[in-house]
Amino acid sequence: MTQPSQQNEILAERTAEVEEPIAGIEDIREAKGLSQGQIVRKRFFGHTGALMGLVAFAFIFLLAFTSVGWAGIPGWWKYNHVDVAPLINDGAPTLTLTSIGEHPFGQDRIGRDLFAMTMRGAQQSITVMFIIGLIAGLIGVVVGALSGYFRGWLEAVLMRITDIIIIVPALLLAAVVSQIAGRRDSGSWFSAFAVDNGTVVLGVFLGFVVWVGLARLVRGEFLSLREREFVDAARISGSSNARIIFKHILPNAIGVVIVNVTLTMSSAILLETSLSYLGVGVKSPDTSLGLLISQNQEAFSTRPWLFWWPGLFIVAICLCINFIGDGLRDAFDPRQKKFNAKKAVSSGPGAAPVTAADTAKGA
Amino acid sequence: MVTYIVRRLITAAFILLGASFVVYILTAISGDPLGELRALNTPNRDQLIEARINLLDLNTPAPIRYFKWLGGAAQCLVPFAGNCDLGRNVTGQPVTEALGLALVQTLSLVTAATVLAILIGVALGIVTALRQYSTLDYGVTFMAFLFFSLPIFWIAVLLKEYGAIGFNDFLRNPDIPWYIAAGIGIAAGLVLAVAAGGDLKRRLTVGAVGFGFVAALLLVASVTRWFTTPGLGIVVILLAGVGLAFAITVLVSGLQNKKALYSGLTAVGIGIVLYFPIQGLLNVATPLMIFILAVVAVLVGVGVGWLWGGYDRGQGMRVGAITAFLVGGLIVLDRFMQAWPSYFNNGKIRGRPIATIGASTPNLEGDYWVSTLDSFTHLILPTVALILISLASYTRFTRSSMLEVMNMDYIRTARAKGATERSVVMRHAFRNALIPIATVVAFDIGALIGGAVITERVFSVQGMGTLFFDGLDHVDPNPVMGVFLCTAVTALVFNLVADLAYSALDPRVRVK
Repeated sequence: MTQPSQQNEILAERTAEVEEPIAGIEDIREAKGLSQGQIVRKRFFGHTGALMGLVAFAFIFLLAFTSVGWAGIPGWWKYNHVDVAPLINDGAPTLTLTSIGEHPFGQDRIGRDLFAMTMRGAQQSITVMFIIGLIAGLIGVVVGALSGYFRGWLEAVLMRITDIIIIVPALLLAAVVSQIAGRRDSGSWFSAFAVDNGTVVLGVFLGFVVWVGLARLVRGEFLSLREREFVDAARISGSSNARIIFKHILPNAIGVVIVNVTLTMSSAILLETSLSYLGVGVKSPDTSLGLLISQNQEAFSTRPWLFWWPGLFIVAICLCINFIGDGLRDAFDPRQKKFNAKKAVSSGPGAAPVTAADTAKGA
Repeated sequence: MVTYIVRRLITAAFILLGASFVVYILTAISGDPLGELRALNTPNRDQLIEARINLLDLNTPAPIRYFKWLGGAAQCLVPFAGNCDLGRNVTGQPVTEALGLALVQTLSLVTAATVLAILIGVALGIVTALRQYSTLDYGVTFMAFLFFSLPIFWIAVLLKEYGAIGFNDFLRNPDIPWYIAAGIGIAAGLVLAVAAGGDLKRRLTVGAVGFGFVAALLLVASVTRWFTTPGLGIVVILLAGVGLAFAITVLVSGLQNKKALYSGLTAVGIGIVLYFPIQGLLNVATPLMIFILAVVAVLVGVGVGWLWGGYDRGQGMRVGAITAFLVGGLIVLDRFMQAWPSYFNNGKIRGRPIATIGASTPNLEGDYWVSTLDSFTHLILPTVALILISLASYTRFTRSSMLEVMNMDYIRTARAKGATERSVVMRHAFRNALIPIATVVAFDIGALIGGAVITERVFSVQGMGTLFFDGLDHVDPNPVMGVFLCTAVTALVFNLVADLAYSALDPRVRVK
């Protein structure tokens, strides 16, 4: 990048600013008359990566939940994750470009269908992900909101609890939960429940651990928002604390919450698969993507498909969620203007982004 | 300031107390400590159980055991007293001793990975921010998301299969057919063409040159059997050194500062002159000697820069120091390559150098170069895996931080007053973009020791993670508590460091 071309760029940017709205950047006047939700939706659906992530995720979701069935409802696939069928062609995948065949993803050593097992594992991962997102989101928002709004001793207590949970290793908690859930014979109601719903228990407990990051962020948002004029106005007009928190402050912090819940969910998938891989997550005879990899990594040289498919599904789910999260962040963040690469490329070098302040001044 | 630090430390101590109690109780209730012994069928089963009960003091309830443990751990706070007592693990080894060994393993695993991930990640982040919305930017962003979504245990198995077993098979008969050389060349040319930027003609030129260079290099390496007897030789060091001197001058001072360029080139010249005399010294190398030589190289570089003088002596000294250090690194690398055949043909290695598990080959005999090569070949796969995983967050973070800074008014001012693009990027933007990155780096270093648990497990490294899992398996709180103490203390300390660093780097932020 030589100096003259840089100066040309700046000049070009200047002219672009004077004559027309900056290429690729949403003009602020377009947003007039739209509610916050409408603006966010518009920006999100203009984000190619996020849209592709959303479509791909919906596809994986439907495939996983309809194929092998869920919660007792039968699916359209002929096998489930425990059925044993005779080995066909030593279990090699039958998936080709034209047909899916008998066992599209292949079979394992004893003849179980890998497609069914992978779908079951994907179901488990997605379930855990949503449970973690829900619980972590709820606890994180409540703790963050209470400590950020009320301050004082409540904040001190809640934040110290947060600090303690942050440094307790999640692995240890998972190990404890899996130990307790594994004691089938002890007869307590909890272990009886956990034997049948290992995934749910795992998700709930991880949710109780990973809310801490969100709580800190929400607290930060509340600390700055509670000093704003509209909060004073609400208080003077006699609103209760609950009303101020839920009706006035929380809608303003919702962007941070949604974006971070999404990112927590993407890391939750990796956490669940890692724990299952280490043997403290989902246990056999039920299956999970991490468990499938850990069971089959020794067979990589003989049956590589047993290792590839579950791994590809972990990566695909996580990638989708990450792209959706990125799109949400762009949609909610007012400092990052919506960007359309095609428009920017077609109108030359004026594509340097401007800050919100710049655009506001220009408008 | 002092009151702030003291207050933070007191809070940290209370957090540590509370969390350590929670961890102890959780470990104690996580299973049946006698379970594995009860399943035994040997006649001395009851004695073993009795011994285990005595060893772990199981007749005392867990909360009281915690306070006993705390009493021992509290002695660690007395410096240099030497009666630090964190209990013993099930084999009777003191936890402090086991921790010391595990810490060395873990640190040697994560240090290189973290440093490299930070360097590469920050560099990529800056380049993508400067080329926002280019093909390069989209490519790197996609790769960052992809790496971010990779489970480490999955990538580790892939690396073992292709990086270790595949590469070792290749080394057995290192012939590169012309079509593979051409294929790799095309890939390299494409990457370069995308990275080059500018108009189509420039991209094509750069891509073609890259293709020719890489393909020719591979063919020459194949013909000369470079992979069995690698080496750089004085000519390659000279050429690479001159290239480095130019590149560093461009980054640090700009080519118009001739004195800086000359100091870099002089440093390269000194390195080349010393190449043969220093080989004898390197043959009897020790780690300390390599360190001293590195320091000497930097000092020589600084001296060269000072002697050249000029209107901005500091820049010349910086260029000289960095170039001298890198040229020294090249000479050491060359010496490592000279030691490669003796390592490769060692009876314990038998021609399969890249290891998939462990941290060193047991009973390997050899000088400093061979044993260091051995730990390199063991570390390379876990290091690559860790770099891939952690690269993404640094790249994304640097990119957004850099973009934010590049939109600031003072950047516009710097351009308006005619500062060169190099000085705008390196002096005005980069330094300010580093402020938030410094915080993230401090956090990450705090989480470093406990962060590689799964990597250690996959690559069978006897580090902190192994200690932790052993404790969990035997339901023995002592090793778990030892690992927890190390990770928690570093995390808390580096959290404090992160806050202090932020306020030191950005005077607008005050700690209170």
